[in-house]
Amino acid sequence: MNNKLKNILWYTVLLLFSLIFVLPIIWIFISSLKTSNEIFSWPPTILPNNVTFSNYITAFNKGNFVTYFKNSIFVAVAATALTLLINSMAGYALAKFDFKGNKLIFFLFIATLMIPLQVIMVPIFIVLRNLGLYNSLWGIIIPPAATPTGVFLVRQYMTTIPDEVLESARIDGASEWRIFSMIILPLSKPVLTALTIFSFMWRWNDFLWPFVVLSNESKYTIQVAIANFVGQFSVDWNSLLAMNIVAMIPVLLVFLFFQRYFVKGIAMSGMKM
Amino acid sequence: MYRWKKKIAPYLFILPNLIIFGIFIVFPALFGFYVSFTEWDVLTSPEFIGLGNFIKLFQSAEFWTILSRTLIYVFSVVPITFGLSMVLAIILDRNIKAKGFFRAIFYLPTMLSFIVIGVSWRWILGNNFGILNYLLDLAGMAPVNWLTNARTATIMVIFATVWARVGYFMVMFIAGLQGIPGVYYEAAEIDGASKWQQFRHITFPLLKPTSLVVVVLSTIQAFKMFGLIKVMTTGGPGDSTTYLVQEIYQQAFQVGDMGYASAMSVMLFIILGLLTIVQFKVSNRGGNAYE
Repeated sequence: MNNKLKNILWYTVLLLFSLIFVLPIIWIFISSLKTSNEIFSWPPTILPNNVTFSNYITAFNKGNFVTYFKNSIFVAVAATALTLLINSMAGYALAKFDFKGNKLIFFLFIATLMIPLQVIMVPIFIVLRNLGLYNSLWGIIIPPAATPTGVFLVRQYMTTIPDEVLESARIDGASEWRIFSMIILPLSKPVLTALTIFSFMWRWNDFLWPFVVLSNESKYTIQVAIANFVGQFSVDWNSLLAMNIVAMIPVLLVFLFFQRYFVKGIAMSGMKM
Repeated sequence: MYRWKKKIAPYLFILPNLIIFGIFIVFPALFGFYVSFTEWDVLTSPEFIGLGNFIKLFQSAEFWTILSRTLIYVFSVVPITFGLSMVLAIILDRNIKAKGFFRAIFYLPTMLSFIVIGVSWRWILGNNFGILNYLLDLAGMAPVNWLTNARTATIMVIFATVWARVGYFMVMFIAGLQGIPGVYYEAAEIDGASKWQQFRHITFPLLKPTSLVVVVLSTIQAFKMFGLIKVMTTGGPGDSTTYLVQEIYQQAFQVGDMGYASAMSVMLFIILGLLTIVQFKVSNRGGNAYE
């Protein structure tokens, strides 16, 4: 009996605590469904009197919201594809070849995990400008693709693939690229899936980089657009909340469908976001 | 023939990543170091001024204010995040009902961008329209100027940061906990060790490697924080939530003083490096947990 009571108490505490983590998101969603009058009514209504999607329609008609959304999708997809390709190649080289400089390059990658973009944003900005990548979506796709985290993840995983597999393929006369693409990549599916999900999320949620690189409004990603929207003199909360919800949807969908990979990915690496 | 191919192959495989890495990380890091010794407004060419920027930095009262403010923010965020994520992990690692559900809920905010999170809290904490002040009102309390008062704004920025990150480190701790063999607890149970003793002598020491990663990463992340603050408080009221990274951004892209901004970046890098070394040293003290 005593135990049962204790259990109920524990669950209640846990449940109340977990509300702090979901209610804000739910509240944003509910607010986004209210009319522009109701949203500021005081006392506030908890549930909307009339559920309306007009905020979403206004947001989409306003400015270039569709463009921002498209830019974000393009950046996230292109950056993820590039990340997957070059990280898996580099990870493979570091995991499965004993070449001169292997240790040094690996150390260099790891060491730069300590250099966040925030520390080098000034010189990077200048490099991008000189390469003509300033105010270009490619300027936010290419540089983060060589992420040390990704290389590290892939390398750690690929070291567990037995060397015999590669050697026998080599004896059969398979080319190095063929071994990589036909044997190594299929065997590394778990880590590549995790990297795909993480990379998509990182790029979708990126802010500082796009904020520094993009100057033209037609190039904005959704995050930059929202931040810019907040900065305006009077905040148009109706459209802002709707935009906020739309910006959440892709990552929430990814989360819903690939939940177990997140746990795996974090556990595999103990690495940064 | 295939030996030769095997020799050249790794270089070709690593090349694309290395080129991008070199151009966009290694070179900028070195270049930024150089720029910190120059006076540069981007339009003209950089002029070498030796330690000028650093001297200016050390003599600037504003810099020290911002630095101490940043340290208060970081050293509030890190211990709270650390403690909370560890407690949640220990609770949700046990065989309780609906643990998957709870884990997902605590993990949820870590999926969202700091921009989205900042906007959300700004909406909730609004003075005249925010739901939180309404709840206070219902409870018969006076409304609080959450984000327009320096003190509460700082607290809420710290709170939002913890809220956003705790689930991530919880998952890391859960992974760490699952690496601790169950027999240790069984043995301790037989010896009559209390739950607290089990935590103190088994869980905590064996979690040390995970703890180190969590402390190092959460420290770096806190120092990096930009987007959340940008939309939640815009560094205000006044400049009460303006931290080092905000200041670097302003000096570089609004004032246009690249040298001074780079000198601050170098300082940030040194601070991060020193803190990481200290964290490793502290963690190594007392030897290996398994001994």
